This record gives sequence, structure tokens and C-alpha cells, in this order.
Amino acid sequence: MEFGLSKEQIMLQESVAAFLDRAATLDRVKKFVHDDEPRAADVWDGLCDLGIPGMLIAEEYGGIGLNLLDAALVAEMLGSRVAPVSFVATSVMAPLAIAQAGSDSQKSRWLPVLAEGRVVAGAALGETVSSRENARIQSDGSTLSGRALFLLDFEADLYLVADERRALYLVDANAKGLTRRSLATIDKTRRVGKLVFDRALGELLPGSRDGEACSRMIDAGRIMLAADTLGAAQSMLNKAVEYSKQRVQFGRPVGSFQAVKHMCAEMAAELEPCRAMMWYAAYAFDAIPAESRLTACQTKAHISEVGTFVARTATEVHGGIGFTDELGLHLWFKRIGANRQLLGGPDRCREEAARLQELV
Amino acid sequence: MDLSYGQHYEDFRNETRQFIAANAHLAPNGLEPDRAKMRAWQELLIQNGYVARAIPKKYGGFGAEPDILKTRIIAEEFARAQVSPGLGGQGIAYLLPALLELGTEEQKQQFVGPTLRGEIIWCEGYSEPNAGSDLASLSTSAVLDRDEWVVNGQKIWTSTAATADWMFCLVRTEPTAPKHQGISFLLFSMKTPGIRVRPLETMTGDSHFNEVFFTEVRVPKHQIVGQRGQGWQVANLVLLHERDDLGDPDATLLRLNALIDLMKSERVDGRRVIDNPVYRDRLMKIQGRVMALRFNDLRLLSARLNGKDASLAAMVVKLQGTELRHELEGLAIDALGELGILYRDSPYLRAGGSWQFMYMLYLGLIIGGGTSQIQKNIISERGLGMPREPKPAT
Repeated sequence: MEFGLSKEQIMLQESVAAFLDRAATLDRVKKFVHDDEPRAADVWDGLCDLGIPGMLIAEEYGGIGLNLLDAALVAEMLGSRVAPVSFVATSVMAPLAIAQAGSDSQKSRWLPVLAEGRVVAGAALGETVSSRENARIQSDGSTLSGRALFLLDFEADLYLVADERRALYLVDANAKGLTRRSLATIDKTRRVGKLVFDRALGELLPGSRDGEACSRMIDAGRIMLAADTLGAAQSMLNKAVEYSKQRVQFGRPVGSFQAVKHMCAEMAAELEPCRAMMWYAAYAFDAIPAESRLTACQTKAHISEVGTFVARTATEVHGGIGFTDELGLHLWFKRIGANRQLLGGPDRCREEAARLQELV
Repeated sequence: MDLSYGQHYEDFRNETRQFIAANAHLAPNGLEPDRAKMRAWQELLIQNGYVARAIPKKYGGFGAEPDILKTRIIAEEFARAQVSPGLGGQGIAYLLPALLELGTEEQKQQFVGPTLRGEIIWCEGYSEPNAGSDLASLSTSAVLDRDEWVVNGQKIWTSTAATADWMFCLVRTEPTAPKHQGISFLLFSMKTPGIRVRPLETMTGDSHFNEVFFTEVRVPKHQIVGQRGQGWQVANLVLLHERDDLGDPDATLLRLNALIDLMKSERVDGRRVIDNPVYRDRLMKIQGRVMALRFNDLRLLSARLNGKDASLAAMVVKLQGTELRHELEGLAIDALGELGILYRDSPYLRAGGSWQFMYMLYLGLIIGGGTSQIQKNIISERGLGMPREPKPAT
């Protein structure tokens, strides 16, 4: 009986963290943010060298054949460094969707290039969770029309798109009838944008017609966003504790005042169990199908709430300087804030949890 | 990652279930435990290794190797079947581990077996009116007079003092030594002359706790665990074992399920409480938190089993668990609305008033056993390495 990470998983996290500490320093991230870069090619290339884009792709297609828990551990590290790089759609949702619901020719056409990182995929599934501005995608049998807002991994070459009946399609970024427009959000570490479809060609994933593949990809996406938030929140807590040990007021470190100690203790007490929750949710996705969907909903909801609490409390521990751009702390705050809303906010996920348990 | 216990343990689980099924009719039920029936049940459980499993046979235990998973399985199966897991109490939980590690051979022979069999019921003399969170400042004194300690002072929060046979008690024996080095751990009979017990009624209406007054109470010199002045270390050893006690892992989950049933069955203005989205959302929030703590508990079980460090995860359990339970019971009361303020023998009372009782009890548990504020001090200092508050200049 072992509920914990293997040596290999710990090494995976450590190697991603070490790479990001070199290549995605705070200065590098700030540059990405201030210069409004579409893609941080240097960071992406480094992750490709580590095999990250292909981590969930089977070896026969050039990937490493790992599981969702391994991907969640990577997501946690990306969140902890607010890494300006695509992951949730391109390394998780799109490859899993194609593997689960794609035809053999779709698999051999797309999985190898996704594994190498030569093609980046984005995901437009959000409208099947909640639709704002009346956005939706409709299929007429061969083309797609409508709008998808709030893409995951927007700067992409290929898009995984869900229609309003939850069937999944692959759409080339250069397809005729597809317009792409960037959206400015508070989280500038990840590009978000919308797609407008005017009878654009979309290639149906044949196994996705019953909508189950779409639901599975949302489960996976939610777990990745929760893991990203976990990592970002842990960084904020670590920074708050460190800051409080150094900042001196009234003749002593502010971290020696009980009020400040308790703020940090509350953050730690809320956050630490989220680690086990994220492990379980990611593990259950592959190993305990009967619990997977409910656990994914509750994990996204709960870790979002804890993340929001940590984001504001850690900022407060930093006092005035936390409110400025000096330490870049707001980058983590905003990443957590964006993760909270994408693929269903906490209330939405809790309502879904209630429906899954037939409490509604 | 592998959540299965393995065939050996699945077989053990099946054996445990079979034992429970075959013998449950002999178990005392919780409401008015017949002491003789409880002792017979305890004897049966020890004989079969469901209690005192890792305590050596020569001291009255089952004598098996310590096995966290088996201990866990036993707790789960007895809880699932709602069958008594045997005698609880502070003696078994807190005193025995200390005696087994630091007691003399005579003490082990005299106390371990009888305690396990329920022949000696213990109470714990720790807190005092002026020594609660700051327990080490306790002032109940014991002065050596030839071959007897003479004890004077007062204890508070002593559960079961009115019915206990013996007390294990922290007393100050070295008044000039630094605070933590002046304490000794004594054992004495509650029938010793000079002891007066006064029940304390709490907000739940029960008098589970007591004050205990000591006036010239004479305790034989050898009835001390460890050396004089070492009592604080003995008590802390006991607390370490407290952390190893995994308790009933499913208790909160069972309670959550009862709450879901309550919200489905109770109606307001003719509509089910659970159909109100506000209440449903609160319920789902609680469920999310219950899940997080269950997975944290699973991580702790595995860490203990496999020798991994999860000290921060362990440090947050009491704080998070007690606060969560208090809120869960509170949601039940809100779901009951006006019915939630009824108590005792009132008509329209639900579940014997257990939601109201537990709501108050859990406030007591948030405060007792180390207040939430003390827990946060511990988490920030030992978990996060933050500085202690400076002591005032004297």
C-alpha cells in the first residue's frame, strides 16, 4: 500500500522545477508579460527536450506513455513558477482525446508531432461547461459555426473543439472560416483567446459522438488547473513565510507576530491536504473510473477555493510591497484567479458534483 | 501509487469481518454499557487480537508484531459494523504506551494487564485552572516525606474522575528547577484519602469532566513513572503515541452521509432542504473538505507505513478536522432551522438531539487537546520554521 509519489515522479518534478528555475526566472516571465510575447519558444523548447509534450502519448507514437498523475505533477511545477508555456490542452487534453476517440489515421497523423512539440494544440471545450455571451459551436455535419471564448493554450497550430452536443473535432489553426482573436486577461502568463467559426472544416473524432470523451477531457483539464493552482499557491505561501522572516518592523521580524504566524498557519493547514487530494484525483482518473468524475469536480472546486484564500492572504503577509509589481507576486495571484474560473468555477463544479450524486 | 493493501491484508479484513459477524451479539451497545459485558467483550477481543494487538502477551496483550495496516483494518471494520471496538479511555490510549516504554517491570506487571482488561479505569490529571494551554506551568505539588509523596493542589478537565479507579498525574516536584524540568509523573488510587471530585457541567449538559482537589494526598514513593523531574518527557512521549492513533477514519464520512440523508428527508415549506441550492452548495463545500482530509489521512497512513516524512500533513489534522466537524454539525442545525434549537426530550427532536450535541461538543474539541490557536502556533513554528514570539523581558 503506497499513497505517495515514486522516486521517478519526484525526479520528474525536480527536473522540471530545475529547468524552470533556469529558463523561466521571474525576469523571464516579466519580460514575456510586459512584451506581450505570443510564445516563449525558449521555455517551450526546453520542455520539449524533457519530453513533456509527449508525456501522455503512447511510446508507439513517440511519447513517454506516462499517466495523469505524472502530468499533474508537471502542472504543479508550471503553476509554481507561473511558467509562460502551453500545457493543459497541448500536452494533456488534445493527446488524450485523440488517443481515446480518434481514428487510427488521426492518431498516426497527430500524436507523433504533438509528442515532439512541433505542433501545439489548443482546446475549446469551455462552452460545454458554461456559455457566456451566448457563445456556442454548432456542427452541420461537416463544418463548424459559432464562437468559443476562453481557449486553453490559445497560441496553437491545431484546436480540439467541442460542439454543443459535446462531440469533438480537430480544426487546423489556418482553416478557412476560422478567425482567431486574442483576449486580454489578468493572467498574462498564459495566452487566452477566442475562436470564431464560419463554416470552418472540422475533423470529427469518431469515438467522441456520445459526449463521454468531452467529459473526460474536462475532468483531465480540471485536475490540471487544480494542480497548477496548488503549485502557484504553494509558491505564494513559501514566499510569504520567507518575506515575514526578513521584514522587520517594531524591532522584530513581522513573522514573529502571532497574527502573521496564524495567517501562514491557516494557509498551510488549508493547502497541505490539497496535495493528497490532487494526487488522488489524478490517480483516480486512470485507476478508479467510478470515482473519477466526482473527484475531479470536487478537487477543482476545493483547490480553487483554497487557492483564492492563499492568494489573498499571502499578498497581505507581504504588506504594501505585495501589492506592487516589485516582487511580481501578483503574477501568481492572477494565475490562481484565472484557473479558478476556467472549465467551471467552484460553484459550477459543486453543482455538478451534486448532480452526479443525484442530490438534485 | 497503489491503494490496494495486498492479499494478506484482504484476507485479514475478511477474517475480521467474519469474527464481527459471528460475535457481534456479545458486544455491549454504546448507550448503557454493562461493565461486566464490556469486560467480557474486551477479553474476547484481546484473545483474538482485535485489541492490544502489539502489546506483549506477558503483559496481557495479544503479542503480535505492530502492524499499522492491520490496526487500520480493525478500526475500519468495527466502525463499519457499528460494533464496539473495545475499551477506550485515557489509560489505554495514553498511559499504557508510556508505561510500556518507561515503566519499571513491576509497574508493567501491576498495571498493563488489569488496564487492558478494564479492571482498572484511569483518569488523567494534567490541566489545572491556571495551567491550560500553558500546561508546563502547573503547580499541583508533590513533596517527598520519607517514603511518600504528599500531593496538594487541583486538577481540572479530568474526564471520568468520578468513576475512575486510578489517576496518572503530573505534579511539580522540583520547584526551583526550570519549568519543564520540575515535573514528575505519579500514579495513585482515586480512593486515596484527601481526594475530592467535583463534576463540571459543560454546555452540552453533560458532566463528563470534573475538578479534582488534592489535600495532603499520600502516594507511595515508587508510584512514579520515569525519574523525578522527568514527568514532562513522559507526558510528551504519550502525546507522540496520540499522534499514532489513527482513530476512526470513517467517522466524518459517516456523519456527512447522515447529513445528506437529513437534508433529503427534512422539508421546509413543503420542499426538501436539499432542493434549496444554497444549502446544497454548503453541503458540497463540506463534502469537498471532507474529501481533502480523507486523502490527507490516506497519505499519512502510507507515510507511516513506508517511513516517509509527512510531518506538516500530520500537524494540520487536529485543527482542520475539529473545525470541519463543527461546521458540518452546524450545517445540519441550519438545515433543521427552528427544529435545530430543540434539545433533550422535546417533541419533534431529530436524531436524539445528536446534531445539537455534536455541534457543541466539537466546539469543546476545537478548544481542548490543544486549542486551534496553539495548533496554529505549532504549525507556524515547527511546520513553517517561523520565529517564536519573544519572551517578555523579566
